[in-house]
Amino acid sequence: MSTATIDLEHHEDHEHHGPPKGFKRWLFSTNHKDIGTMYLIFALTMLFAGGVSAMAIRAELFLPGLQLLEPDLYNNLVTNHALIMIFGAVMPAAAGLANWMIPLMIGAPDMALPRLNNLSFWILPAAATMLILSFVVPFFPGGGTQINTGWTIYPPLSIQVGMSMDFLLFALHMLGISSVLASINIIVTIFNMRAPDVKLTQMPIFVWTWLVTAFLLILVIPVLAGGVTMLIFDRHFGTSFFSAGGGGDPVLFQHLFWFFGHPEVYILILPSMGVLASVVPTFSRKPLFGYASMVGAMIAIMIIGMVVWAHHQYTIGMSLGAVSYFMIGTIIISIPVGLMVFNYMATMWRGAMTFETPMLFAIGILLMFSFGGLTGIMLAVVPADMQYHDSMFVVAHFHYVLMPGAVFGLFAGVFYWLPKWTGHMYDEKLAKIFFWVNVISFNVTFFPQHFIGLAGMPRRIVDYHAMFTEFNVISSLGAIVFGLSHLLLLYIIIKTIRGGKQAEDKVWEGAKGLEWELSSPPPFHSWTTPPKLAVS
Amino acid sequence: MSDVERRKRRTLLLLVGLAIGMFGFGFAMVPLYGLLCKVTGVQSVEQRVTIGTGARTVATGVVQDRWVTVKFDTTIHPDLPWRLDPMQRKLRVHPGETYLVKFIAENRSGQEITGQAIPSIAPWQATGFFAKLECFCFNRQTLAGGEITEMPLRFSVSPDLPADINSLTLSYSVLRVSDRS
Repeated sequence: MSTATIDLEHHEDHEHHGPPKGFKRWLFSTNHKDIGTMYLIFALTMLFAGGVSAMAIRAELFLPGLQLLEPDLYNNLVTNHALIMIFGAVMPAAAGLANWMIPLMIGAPDMALPRLNNLSFWILPAAATMLILSFVVPFFPGGGTQINTGWTIYPPLSIQVGMSMDFLLFALHMLGISSVLASINIIVTIFNMRAPDVKLTQMPIFVWTWLVTAFLLILVIPVLAGGVTMLIFDRHFGTSFFSAGGGGDPVLFQHLFWFFGHPEVYILILPSMGVLASVVPTFSRKPLFGYASMVGAMIAIMIIGMVVWAHHQYTIGMSLGAVSYFMIGTIIISIPVGLMVFNYMATMWRGAMTFETPMLFAIGILLMFSFGGLTGIMLAVVPADMQYHDSMFVVAHFHYVLMPGAVFGLFAGVFYWLPKWTGHMYDEKLAKIFFWVNVISFNVTFFPQHFIGLAGMPRRIVDYHAMFTEFNVISSLGAIVFGLSHLLLLYIIIKTIRGGKQAEDKVWEGAKGLEWELSSPPPFHSWTTPPKLAVS
Repeated sequence: MSDVERRKRRTLLLLVGLAIGMFGFGFAMVPLYGLLCKVTGVQSVEQRVTIGTGARTVATGVVQDRWVTVKFDTTIHPDLPWRLDPMQRKLRVHPGETYLVKFIAENRSGQEITGQAIPSIAPWQATGFFAKLECFCFNRQTLAGGEITEMPLRFSVSPDLPADINSLTLSYSVLRVSDRS
């Protein structure tokens, strides 16, 4: 057991010499802070890659008719936008926060399995390359057809797509392996590396959300991997898991996919909800309301969330009993989710609130995520969903859930902890401008899509009826501002890394938690002796 | 120290086992799914091929004062160089009476190819009331290179068809039967 040899003496050695210099520091890193930083930089890069494809989509939809893109290329962009944003941007960003913050929050010197940590990060750039290759390959002679399936890669279409689909499928396998390894590491860390004083029932909610998320990932990603493996077999080895010609059933893939795909929504949202549990009490200057109910709610979300997947497939012709079950199950999830939202509101109630950027994002989440939840309940209702299915209304719904629910939470977390990570305060004025531009342009982009969706505009179609023009113009204009606003985010982050007012150890006066007892930035090796909790 | 290491190892192994188990569960879904379909009433492709064979005896007596429009539709998988078109796109029928519709099938390639037609009925609520007495979709069909042939479909619509359904579509997806399997 080589890991067992990392004893205290070894640590002292590192302390003296500091981190290794040059690219070796990053390539061979087993330090949770460096790996967390790499995760976050990777996620930011992917945010822009996914953003460019979104801009191309909105540019095409600016006016009816075929303007810029061929239909297959358009659908390929839709596929890529989704996969890059989900697997490239949101999940690695959340994993970055986990790597940085979980050891600091529970008083651990590092993640439990540092080399596994290195592996799970370094799979990502390779996977992202494969994913981008799947988009690029069809442009070359002999590269086959564009991936026009959307991120759901439903057969039979995904069996017919050319070799680019193989790049995509292997990218999915690699991304899946990376997340499962990272999740295993996080759970092992949380269970075994807590400082003696940190009880499981006293951990910060952020750590709890990641514990639940990591279990969800381990439970559902392998099922997706199974489905993807069967697709590869159907494509190359003549099996008929999904090919109806040989007795398979394409609908089976939909079940496997959504068995992963629905919990995936909670995988994306829960870590952001955990960030809120740090941000909201800090700027309300009150302890978090309802700790136990928060933990109960997220475990309920995990369990119920795993058994309601078929609400994405109401139109496949299930029996009345089956759709009723999936409808009721889905609507029941709104109870624990609502409980979390109400807990945050109760935390703010009569607090001495100030509105720094992380808090602004937190309030933005509560408003807009709840709105996305409401349209979600509309979509959960079977007879209504028959009408809304695959319309732009669905697009508006899940962007309202995922953009505030996941991405704003990550923004809140980045602004909240950036002074801790870099040792510099970010530019509060610029950050507030970023918040307002970002939030307003987000609403301008996606709010009109509710109306055109209800009026009957389908999603994943390159062209649309002229009657939808006005709202699409508004939506595209909003999207341009929304997309460009992230350059401001990039500028603020770079500016903060390069300099700025020295941040105090306890950056926010209302903040509570072990991470604030370390210096800003924290030493390369922190909590080498486990912290004692002050009795407050 | 070694105690922590041992606990870490145990948690690690348990979680790896869980991940591998869930991967296996994905494959277990293949047979489980067929079972689940039977229990929840979802119609799998396998069941759909034989739809209506059991409903034969139910059709008793022709309902002369009711008309139902039956439309026919075919989709050919791009891998399959075939043509399959109904000689009539739609037919007005009396429930309970038996009708014959012929489809023209053509193999546009030079080689012998085997295909399988998978029927489905929209709206799906009508599925159990559409009886196919004779159908080319009951079996795989093999066409020699360039062969043109007629494929018959003999069907009747059950008089028990819910009153709110007065039009239904029978749609065939025709797939190539993999040469390798």
